[in-house]
Amino acid sequence: MYRAKVLIKRRPSILDPQGKAVEIGAQNLGLTNIKNTRIGKYIEFDVDTKDKAEAEKEVSNYCDKLLANPIMEDYEFTLSKWTPSEDEVK
Amino acid sequence: MRKPKFGVVVFPGSNCDHDAFYALHKVLEYEVNFLWHKDTDLKECDVIILPGGFSYGDYLRTGAIARFSPIMNSVIDFANKGGYVIGICNGFQILLEAGLLPGALLQNISLKFICKDVYLSVENYENNFTKGIKDKTVLNLPIAHGDGNYFADENTLKDLEDNNQIILRYSSKDGKVSNGFNPNGSLNNIAGITNKSGNVLGMMPHPERSCNPILAKTDGSLIFNALVNNILN
Repeated sequence: MYRAKVLIKRRPSILDPQGKAVEIGAQNLGLTNIKNTRIGKYIEFDVDTKDKAEAEKEVSNYCDKLLANPIMEDYEFTLSKWTPSEDEVK
Repeated sequence: MRKPKFGVVVFPGSNCDHDAFYALHKVLEYEVNFLWHKDTDLKECDVIILPGGFSYGDYLRTGAIARFSPIMNSVIDFANKGGYVIGICNGFQILLEAGLLPGALLQNISLKFICKDVYLSVENYENNFTKGIKDKTVLNLPIAHGDGNYFADENTLKDLEDNNQIILRYSSKDGKVSNGFNPNGSLNNIAGITNKSGNVLGMMPHPERSCNPILAKTDGSLIFNALVNNILN
């Protein structure tokens, strides 16, 4: 089994009003060095196969077709070998 | 003239499905069927409506999960064969996710959910959704959305402009299109577009909420009636 960790980011060319709004909060906190706040998504899940190439293919497919919208988002992911502990297996 | 049959798709989280049914059936007196998202049968409808709402709770991205509903495979086939489809608000978002229309809808630039009446300049009368309503160059319709900020890359935008696919733009009462009348940051004030072949319309404003004369505003009925007249006459 592999654990996939996917990071989805808004494309740099696309304005992120949420990031801008959050950054106003940083300024109000007095954190004057904070710049260019961008908000994305973090998604993790397990891929139930022993074959890493197959896992990569399936995660790419999941990202391309559903998790990210290529018009406005880019994604990257990592896969690591993973053995769920007993209470995580349902 | 044969009465046309409309189909209103019901996704989990749709909340304008009954408004659409009411406007089309009770007010405009067309035959209307609800189409359940788990079904695949379009019940021989002439026009499919993807209604507004928050399908699948807007989780992940608006429209992203609804796009994979069983009914959407049938809607995509239907549209690719020239069938008429109107996506309103969340329905527009679903059409974009399904690839039936180009581009994407981002969060409103103000980050606020905007619910108000807007004016819309009708930009193209050479399509079946607006042909014949030429005496009315500006429509007054309500918007109610948090993600209505239309975005497309430069080439896509140029294609839309060159092919006259932009049907509605946010405007002043007298049809002036400028930034000041753009409620959500939408590129080039875009409020509604069609696909290249002109049989799929996506729009953020709600025509179904503007059909009943009791509510004083009826501009939405112009679009539904124009489509019926143009495809069945």
